[in-house]
Amino acid sequence: MRTLRLLSSAPPTALFGMTVIALYALVVILAPWIAPHGQTEIVGLEFEPWGGDYVLGTDNLGRDMLSRMIYGIRNSVTIALLTTLLSFALGSVLGLLAATLGGWIDQVLSRLVDVLMAIPAILFALLLLTITGTGIAQMIAIIAVLEATRVFRLTRATAMNVSVMDFVEAARLRGEGTGWIIRREILPNITSPLIAEFGLRFCFVFLAISALSFLGLGIQPPTADLGAMVRDNAALITFGDMVPLLPAAAIALLTIAVNFVVDWMLHRASGLKS
Amino acid sequence: MADTLLSIRDLRLEGRAERGWVPILKGVDLDLKRGEVLGLIGESGAGKSTLGLAAMGYVRDGTRFAGGSVTFDGRDLLKLSPRERRRLRGNRIAYVAQSAAASFNPAHRLIDQYSEGPVIHGVMSKAQAEADARELYAKMRLPDPDRIGFRYPHQVSGGQLQRAMTAMAMASRPDLIVFDEPTTALDVTTQIEVLGAIRDIVAEFDTAAIYITHDLAVVAQMADRIKVIRHGEEVEEAPTREMLAAPREDYTRSLWAVREFRADPAPAPAPDEKPVLSVSHVTASYRTGPAVLQDVTFDIHPGRTLAVVGESGSGKSTAARVITGLLPPDGGEIRLGGEVLPPRLADRSREQLRRVQMIYQMADTALNPRQTLREIVGRPARFYRGLRGRDLDRDIRQLLEDVELDPDEFIDRYPGELSGGQKQRVGILRALAARPDVIICDEVTSALDQIVADGILRLLKRLQVEHGLSYMFITHDIATVRAIADHVVVMQNGHVVEQGPKAEMFAPPHAAYTDLLLSSVPEMDPDWLTRRRGEMRA
Repeated sequence: MRTLRLLSSAPPTALFGMTVIALYALVVILAPWIAPHGQTEIVGLEFEPWGGDYVLGTDNLGRDMLSRMIYGIRNSVTIALLTTLLSFALGSVLGLLAATLGGWIDQVLSRLVDVLMAIPAILFALLLLTITGTGIAQMIAIIAVLEATRVFRLTRATAMNVSVMDFVEAARLRGEGTGWIIRREILPNITSPLIAEFGLRFCFVFLAISALSFLGLGIQPPTADLGAMVRDNAALITFGDMVPLLPAAAIALLTIAVNFVVDWMLHRASGLKS
Repeated sequence: MADTLLSIRDLRLEGRAERGWVPILKGVDLDLKRGEVLGLIGESGAGKSTLGLAAMGYVRDGTRFAGGSVTFDGRDLLKLSPRERRRLRGNRIAYVAQSAAASFNPAHRLIDQYSEGPVIHGVMSKAQAEADARELYAKMRLPDPDRIGFRYPHQVSGGQLQRAMTAMAMASRPDLIVFDEPTTALDVTTQIEVLGAIRDIVAEFDTAAIYITHDLAVVAQMADRIKVIRHGEEVEEAPTREMLAAPREDYTRSLWAVREFRADPAPAPAPDEKPVLSVSHVTASYRTGPAVLQDVTFDIHPGRTLAVVGESGSGKSTAARVITGLLPPDGGEIRLGGEVLPPRLADRSREQLRRVQMIYQMADTALNPRQTLREIVGRPARFYRGLRGRDLDRDIRQLLEDVELDPDEFIDRYPGELSGGQKQRVGILRALAARPDVIICDEVTSALDQIVADGILRLLKRLQVEHGLSYMFITHDIATVRAIADHVVVMQNGHVVEQGPKAEMFAPPHAAYTDLLLSSVPEMDPDWLTRRRGEMRA
């Protein structure tokens, strides 16, 4: 009932965003059932046109483009989600510790984050991937750490605002441990900015992974992936074919949808009426 | 009437709530002659600030006019265009807010902010405005009036800032000034200077004023007439002396009566009775800077109330931080029931922590907005006393009943669903749930209205008797000290200036500072300010 009322108060952009996110979620979950062919299966000739047996034609190796798209969304979104979760686990826990404990722990963590943030993230990621070698696990770990710095900053700043409140002091005076203060006193008061940040971070992670895959450093062939698919079919653009734009559009659409929803949530959390 | 400056008729105003619009002002009339000062009093939420702003034709966000008229000098402000209204404001009508510190722009010098209004309205050139500012600063008796304007807001004290704000409001010689609680945030010794300065300057320029406050004694000094507001409606209105002498309505009488609460003082402790908490020769300082506490010594006896009084910055809150272990002292020791307390919070045992609890000034920030009363009150009971399940539930309900909050109605509410007074009760409960020996009350009533504050003081006194509690009552309000203290400690600049039983402290002879503090507390007598200033000059 409350959810319904909440939804009815959402602006059209947010409704659009939520619909798109829901569709992507369905695609991710149901990919094996809705894709007409396997993601690595070669079903026809190279670069077959749209229509006929293959709704979106085939790619540079003769694989069904529609199936590749569906699996590409599944793979890219899942990996981005995993990476975001990891970066949150890292960034928010350390941020909360820094804000609650203060002192040298805060100093060490904050300076470390400053150093990491001083280097452009994508360059840093490229550098590290060159050192560690390419692979999904390495990419997830590297992007998670780099994005965690942003999460750390936000968590620390919002938690600082709460940790100076009298109710936190009251908990300290009561003799509560750090764990309780973080979980019960601070965390419930910073969840809404953190949830919004999760949406934004997801977008950045999604874009970063796609970019790395496009450069050939992320998800490795033959696994379908939106970034790599843009590159694989890039040659077509010179013939005026818009196929390479499809995976790019799939990336853009999800990013925009998430942003719409996050905007609405931030707006609600800030308490502004108009 | 020819000399009527402002005339409000049947003014109705609504505010946005969860469901639709609810009335805030329900048809208020108000008349103000040129040069007249009207005092507007009532509890918070009564609508007095809203009425004050409406007198300028202004509504806050989330509120709207629903009817009536506001006629200023023959023109209905509600019918003017926003542009015309803006031209009147700051020019012929001015406003002085409660917190001057929050109303000044910290990035600009006082005098630049002073001249902004007159220059924009085209009344004066910048140079004229600055010369004028110096003159008004002098009239407001600001120190060094020729140069004080060239300082930034953070470089002058709160009382000076409030006077600079009043001078600024006077810049374009308005016909009407609305003062919204201009001295509420100030210490009594500062308040008296600001009140005097405001009264003189309003009289000198023959400015009409609406003076909003919840402090009756203050309004008695300032206003020619008093209007009492409650729930958005007028209770009564009469000339000041008439109303003070013979209030007609029960509600007004109850406002008058609250200051008269006196708890029966507990008998003086026997000479051999051990104090429950003793602070001896404590010196403390923050990481940088000079000592904020110097050789502070006092005892709290079982079942008694020790009041610690002083202005802001006197070290009274620091004393509480040292006792609770938040600030380890540089020297001296604190004993609880005879045993020495470890200086650092982290080194104290749970049992030691349980015995000293704290109640905060701002119940809004002292209660976690994301926890229900069950969690807030239940946690100490569980943490210190190991209560679980049904025992815990019974204990929470018993506690809520103790402070007259119906458990069935309140137990699962969040702090946001409570009134200010109810929140403070919950703050008391959280301390009480630990079954402490000593409760430190840090300005617990100063954010509350007098009637609500009175209720809290009575509650604290009752709980003290029922549970044998000792209080350390930190306050700058002498009326609170009179009401509840057994023993008084007066602090100034980190030193204990004087201490003793209440009866002795309120009877002369006093230390010079105690005398200043006591004599600065406004009295209900409308001639008090005049008399007091005469004495100060002499």
